[in-house]
Amino acid sequence: MTGEVLVIAESSGPAFRKAALEAVTEGRRLADLLRVSEIVLAIGNGLKDRVGELGKYGADKVILADDPSLAIFHPDYYRQIALEGIKRVNPSIILAAATSSGKDLAPRLAVHLDTAVASECTQLELESGKLVATRPAYAGKILLRVKVNSSPCIATLRPNVFTAREVVPGKKPTVEQMEFNRPDSRMVVKEFVTQGAKKLDLTEASVIVSGGRGMGGPQNYKILEELAEVMGGVVGASRASVDAGWRPHSDQVGQTGRTVSPTLYIAAGISGAIQHRVGMINSKVIVAINKDPEAPIFGFADYGIVGDVFEVVPALTREMKAFYGKT
Amino acid sequence: MRRVPDTAARIRIASDGRSIDASDAEFVINPYEEYALEQAVQLKEKHGGEVTVVTLGPEKTTQVIMKALALGADKAVHLKVDKIPEDPGSIARAIANELKGSEFDVLLFGKKGVDDDNQQVGPMVAELLGIPCITQIVKLDVSDGRGVAHREVEGGSITVETTLPAAFTAEKDLTVPRYASLRELVAARKKPIIVKGIQLRASSLEIISVQNPPPRPPGKIVGKGVDAVPTLVKLLHEEAKVI
Repeated sequence: MTGEVLVIAESSGPAFRKAALEAVTEGRRLADLLRVSEIVLAIGNGLKDRVGELGKYGADKVILADDPSLAIFHPDYYRQIALEGIKRVNPSIILAAATSSGKDLAPRLAVHLDTAVASECTQLELESGKLVATRPAYAGKILLRVKVNSSPCIATLRPNVFTAREVVPGKKPTVEQMEFNRPDSRMVVKEFVTQGAKKLDLTEASVIVSGGRGMGGPQNYKILEELAEVMGGVVGASRASVDAGWRPHSDQVGQTGRTVSPTLYIAAGISGAIQHRVGMINSKVIVAINKDPEAPIFGFADYGIVGDVFEVVPALTREMKAFYGKT
Repeated sequence: MRRVPDTAARIRIASDGRSIDASDAEFVINPYEEYALEQAVQLKEKHGGEVTVVTLGPEKTTQVIMKALALGADKAVHLKVDKIPEDPGSIARAIANELKGSEFDVLLFGKKGVDDDNQQVGPMVAELLGIPCITQIVKLDVSDGRGVAHREVEGGSITVETTLPAAFTAEKDLTVPRYASLRELVAARKKPIIVKGIQLRASSLEIISVQNPPPRPPGKIVGKGVDAVPTLVKLLHEEAKVI
């Protein structure tokens, strides 16, 4: 007998992460193919008024673990809740978003359930009830199709690849509370420190303006910040500029940094080395601004402007201001 | 520690269609494990103790083990296999078996291998050993049997404190790896490498096929300099429909 589809939905403050809603939507699709229910395990703090909205994305039932100590991911607390939820549901498939928490939690669950995890999947299929996942390896230089041969199959889904959609408008899921008794743990989660004014993470941004070696120095990123601000985006960086100490590592896009897939990626003064390319190639639209017409980035950018970033970027900021002013 | 192709390497699909041909690549210590190793050596320099490198890999892993010994590890354990298994669970169980019963305060991993990108082995080993694990750390302070680590997460960082022994997985910002001097490279040859043949558990994660990513359709040069900017905005709005 095929078990249910269980999605572990994480939150950020009193709201579900977009990546969690993407996983719930994809979970619905798999549940329909398997003719089973989709059950969502919602973990966080202050989610009571929000769990209802999971129905629209496809959840038949929500198990809610809501407690002040669950506001920030704690490996021992989240693992205990997930294992309890899995015991209640007995799923054949478990999905979670491939966020910092999801990627921490999934392998721990696999050990306890004696199964395997397909990490950072970009596509899921079913073959005779078993999950077959497509996932990038070597930072996306190649794609692997992998099969989890043990049960339950666990997969983490790369954010911004699957679409969060209200597939069942108006649907209300049944809600079951899970009592949380804090287990003893040797780990204490102390505090969450945000990165200055920048609230949005690169992996969650829909517009990214990135700068490379061509920016010449840390002081010049101001023009990129201005453009990003006008467009509601965030600033990223190439490895060269991070290694030079111009930008923090959390801004790095590429094989040893973040893999991003925004709607619009603007690369300013970035040559487009393979290290960088693999981190941003799945952006919907790529714009390159570079003074070197031979730069590799023009080989895979959708739109290119050959020119000096210090002239083109401020001009683009002005033009975008005018554009957004009109619409 | 894992032996991986250099990140600049071109990766090809092998003739069997379900594995990777990286035969012409240069192999290196997995970059995230270089940050972890540097952290281990810095802890040793500050607090004393010994740094042991444990690696699972084929015969050729010896070359990166020598590098690790030159970078400050005192000894190495090489769990020898024909090839690194596809299932991180198999790797984790082999490493956990090796570590069971051995004494350590700090167990460091890279957050992931830059080859298979699974990002699973560190927390799996910790779960198998029943010790705390803090993943994706950018800072670690150890004193009086406790470790305080900063995890890099979406939009910021989380401070987590744990008692030791504990495991940590390194993010890029954790340390800046040093270079080995010629003297250290020579000295590394005298350091012990314990080689063990091991049996791996059957894999429950199977690679069915390997594909190249779909190519991106060719783009266009909108124009030169500032004059091209209005056209670009128009294209982004009307053609690409992203603004």
